[in-house]
Amino acid sequence: MSDPVLPPLRAVFRAIARTVVPEAAALDGAAWDELERIVERALAARPPKLRRQLGLLIRMIDVLAVLRHGRRFAALDDGRRARLLGALQDSRLLLLRRGIWGLRTLVFMGYYARPAAAEAIGYRADPAGWEARR
Amino acid sequence: MIEKSYDVVIIGSGAGGGTVAQALGPLARDGLRVLVVEQGPRLQDHEFTGRELDMADSLYEDGGGFLTADGTMTLAFGRVYGGSTVVYTGTSLIAPERVIRRWGVPGLSYEDIERRSRKYMAENNVHLLGPEGINENNRLFVEGARRAGYPAEQFPVNVKGCKGSSLCNLGCPNGAKQGTNRVQLPNAERMGVEVVTRAEALRIEERAVVVRVTERPPGGKGLPSEWAPGEYRIRAGTVVVSAGAVGSPALLLRSGVGRMLPRLGQGFTCHPAHILVAEHPREITNDVGHPKSYYVDRAEEEGYVLETCMYFPFTTAKNMTGFGAEHSRFMRAFPRLQMILVLAVDEAVPENRVTVDRAGRPVVHYTFTAETIERLVRGTRASAKIFFGAGAVRVHAPSADPTTIEAADAGRVDALISSRHFKPGKVSVSAAHLMGGCAMGRDARDSVTDAWGRVHGVPWLRVADASLFPNALAINPYLTIMALADRVAEGLRAELGAPAAEAAPGGVS
Repeated sequence: MSDPVLPPLRAVFRAIARTVVPEAAALDGAAWDELERIVERALAARPPKLRRQLGLLIRMIDVLAVLRHGRRFAALDDGRRARLLGALQDSRLLLLRRGIWGLRTLVFMGYYARPAAAEAIGYRADPAGWEARR
Repeated sequence: MIEKSYDVVIIGSGAGGGTVAQALGPLARDGLRVLVVEQGPRLQDHEFTGRELDMADSLYEDGGGFLTADGTMTLAFGRVYGGSTVVYTGTSLIAPERVIRRWGVPGLSYEDIERRSRKYMAENNVHLLGPEGINENNRLFVEGARRAGYPAEQFPVNVKGCKGSSLCNLGCPNGAKQGTNRVQLPNAERMGVEVVTRAEALRIEERAVVVRVTERPPGGKGLPSEWAPGEYRIRAGTVVVSAGAVGSPALLLRSGVGRMLPRLGQGFTCHPAHILVAEHPREITNDVGHPKSYYVDRAEEEGYVLETCMYFPFTTAKNMTGFGAEHSRFMRAFPRLQMILVLAVDEAVPENRVTVDRAGRPVVHYTFTAETIERLVRGTRASAKIFFGAGAVRVHAPSADPTTIEAADAGRVDALISSRHFKPGKVSVSAAHLMGGCAMGRDARDSVTDAWGRVHGVPWLRVADASLFPNALAINPYLTIMALADRVAEGLRAELGAPAAEAAPGGVS
């Protein structure tokens, strides 16, 4: 079993998650645990190099926040956080663009793969199909 | 290493391997020893739950998110008993005549592909769904396409007893989709073909395959392997490689076959795709009913195909571009979302290819050519017109900046959606029609196999899957894979001395 990636980066990861999916701000402790469990499970199946790169990217985002705004990423307001991630998403460097794509994809996985999130957005697919709607 | 011996070993159980397995069934019944080696598990009916991550992890390689080498596209392909036929939507189209002619493979005719495709259409219960099975997501596509001036056509689909779960891409929870896991493989097994699951083909040696059988992981889906865990050397008179357009070239490359076949791995195509969403002012039926009932084919004229589709929360979120409040607004509108899949018909180019890394794992190198990007953009523009024609209030377009286009700007989509906004790595692109890498052709200078899937210079080695395609097919590929696999099996049967008239169940010879 690989070492978990998120525990030492929890504060900044959660701030990133709240920026990627603003509704995540309303999650309680148990829901955050579930989200992070899903993300860790996905990461555990990936190569160690990718896990290291993800950790580096999250740290880099935190450092960039300090360099640009004099505050850690988690301490920035919503607008500044979104602009910072948006700038990286539009970077001229493919490495950064794909890094942000991967990071937001992990957040989407953790957030939207939870049954509670699927229910909240009104997703109702059922194996019984049309029968379930009658 | 445990030694075993068979007359024919087929690697892979999808549209290619499953078809060959069934076609060799009568010979197995007469004593020929035929083995199918499948890397994935064999799931039981009750394990198809329709839960997104649960099923994606069980049915797909890398959960459906296999990344290309530069990380700008994800590839989805099955790794399960039945291969990708477990996770497709069952759309069943015969290859376009112009494509087969353009391939220019000596000895391969359109008429032959058509005849064999029709045989499998009959066997797989391919038909058009009645109007009662068509949901509003699909009806709006037809209506919007009519208003936008694009003719929509209905997909024939290979279902039997479809309940309209909308969960085709997570493996049908009702066993309605007639993939090889439901039709060809069970037929083959009834006739004496053996199937071993959780068995990864590590390499091919001279008339042998080295396979590693693994245990069922704790908490994993599927039955344990039919064989005890361990490594096996399976001697075989003939080896048929049907591991798909990523797996087959990778297996041949790590087996050293590439030394005499310079084109091995080259010519990879995949119909790169955008999943587009649009919001309607009212709820529509979208996550119930067969998800993919209609399409607009502009491949010949403009290089793209539009298909109806409906995905699941995470897949939808991932395939939209961007994040934050705008992204969330679409996701919160899920019951009001219409979806269209835009597929670009990409051309085989030398730099798009499959290689292997030092550990022998497949690496897919893919660069979007300017023409492929333009085709995605054209398809996105057409989709936006269809969405607005159907009454959508806003459309998410990856190649627009900002990505949301409101109905008030419906007349400006040609200007707003542009290739200058297509930033690889930022825009989400995925592909599930993986083709090429072991192309058919004349000789080793231009291809890997002949028109019967025989690998040039290796008489006991054949390929039978989408890796045979010399170029993109421009439609959903499974039926053409089955037609080509049927040819491979016919050639093999002739070589093995089977009477030409001997037929498998369902009239498949």
